[in-house]
Amino acid sequence: MRLQNAALGAAGLAAFLALGEAVPRLGLVKEEYFPPTSRIASAFADELSDGAFWTALGDTLTGWALGLAIAVSAGIVIGVIVSVVPYLREATASTIEFLRPIPSVALIPLAVLLYGSELRSVLLLVVYAAFWQVLIQTLYGVQDVDPVADETARSYGLGTWARIRHVLWPTALPYVMTGVRLAAAVALILAITGELVIGAPGLGARIAVAQNSQAVPEMYALIVVTGLLGLLINVGARTVERRALAWHQSVRGEVAV
Amino acid sequence: MKRLVLRLVFVLALPALLVAVWWLASDGSTNVFWPPLRTILQTFPDVWTAERLRADVLPSIWRLAAGYALAAVVGVAVGTVIGSYRRVRAVCEPVLEFLRAVPPPVLLPVIMLFAGIGDTMKVTVIASGCVWPILLNTVEGVRAVDPVMLETARSYGITGPSRLRNLVLRSASPQIFAGLRQSLSIGIILMVISEMSAASNGIGFTIVQFQRSFAVPDMWTGILVLGLLGYLLSVLFQLVERRVLAWYHGLRASTRRSP
Repeated sequence: MRLQNAALGAAGLAAFLALGEAVPRLGLVKEEYFPPTSRIASAFADELSDGAFWTALGDTLTGWALGLAIAVSAGIVIGVIVSVVPYLREATASTIEFLRPIPSVALIPLAVLLYGSELRSVLLLVVYAAFWQVLIQTLYGVQDVDPVADETARSYGLGTWARIRHVLWPTALPYVMTGVRLAAAVALILAITGELVIGAPGLGARIAVAQNSQAVPEMYALIVVTGLLGLLINVGARTVERRALAWHQSVRGEVAV
Repeated sequence: MKRLVLRLVFVLALPALLVAVWWLASDGSTNVFWPPLRTILQTFPDVWTAERLRADVLPSIWRLAAGYALAAVVGVAVGTVIGSYRRVRAVCEPVLEFLRAVPPPVLLPVIMLFAGIGDTMKVTVIASGCVWPILLNTVEGVRAVDPVMLETARSYGITGPSRLRNLVLRSASPQIFAGLRQSLSIGIILMVISEMSAASNGIGFTIVQFQRSFAVPDMWTGILVLGLLGYLLSVLFQLVERRVLAWYHGLRASTRRSP
């Protein structure tokens, strides 16, 4: 069954690539707008042998990883504090609900004025966007703590820190991990968007350059790279999640993929 | 009464505090990039006049609505088909996973090639970014329809459109709404970005104009407008969701009460 699914999936992918080759060759769309798969593939190979490409990839990954790390640590710390301290959750709810839907791209003009086309501009966008994903999930997770378990821990004389460590954290972790996974994807989107629009060094800026110089196959090749990067980050985040939650029922009950 | 007042205090205290801090901290500010909040608020009515609302905000909202609606229709329709047939799903899965992983804003240069820089381009960009979360969530939702219910529907002879509407789409609707919610924020992001790079009107265009001409307080008002728009849309979405999914939330609450 799984083998069959994999075969069907491979067939689907092959058909997709073949369609990409055939449509421009048959003249259904203009070749200068949508180059055939083979030309994108050769542009892709050229990119791989280009040092500047690897620098750009490194820049993008730096912005992504740094922004994600800041957002995740801030989201978890603030999330735990807000839910543990009495009344803080209620007092912050309206503010969080208001700030969360503000689109992070609204900050692009501010970032440009403050930092120009530097890494810091990208970081501002990435951190703002990814922070909310982690914070909200942490808040949900902490709310899910079983009151009986918490009371039990309290009556055994566990201090605040010990209760956070042994009761609250294991309950919240699955939620937090979901938040981290979502944040990882959002952080990549915002990192590349920042580079594309602001011109900070990275894959996004390279795409903008390829577009402006009419290098269409290169542009498609770079877009494929961002897609593969996104795929890799998704798979990576899933793996980390499964490792970190190996003890948890939702993972133990699941058939390994 | 006392409880109501208390709740109101909880809701309003922190926002009031934050605004007050912003107001006081920025009041004497001579930093060009951080104008006093007083100045920003004074500029606000001058910038966002009725004329500007009509010429810039309405087109933005129209593009967002059109792109989002298109994505919703296509996403749910295609997602239902893919979710209903195991083989189709197996064929499409790797391609869909890849397409979803492409960060939506990079589609902007591609779609500009095909559709130029008009409204069509912007609506297409918004739709093509929003469609993936809706589509994949619909697939998941349709796939998870209770097999017992499917059998029951079959044995009662419920088929065709009524089966689709009353059973399949209904039981997938919580998932579909999860996708719609994710897409909403992607849609706003794409609306702004598509207007930032090639447009002659729209909120994104206006904000970038202000930024380029160093009209910093005006730019700040633009950021506030985007924030308000994002907030209003999310409130609106919650209202719709609560109405449409009332049965689901009720069901969940009752199963939680009686384990």
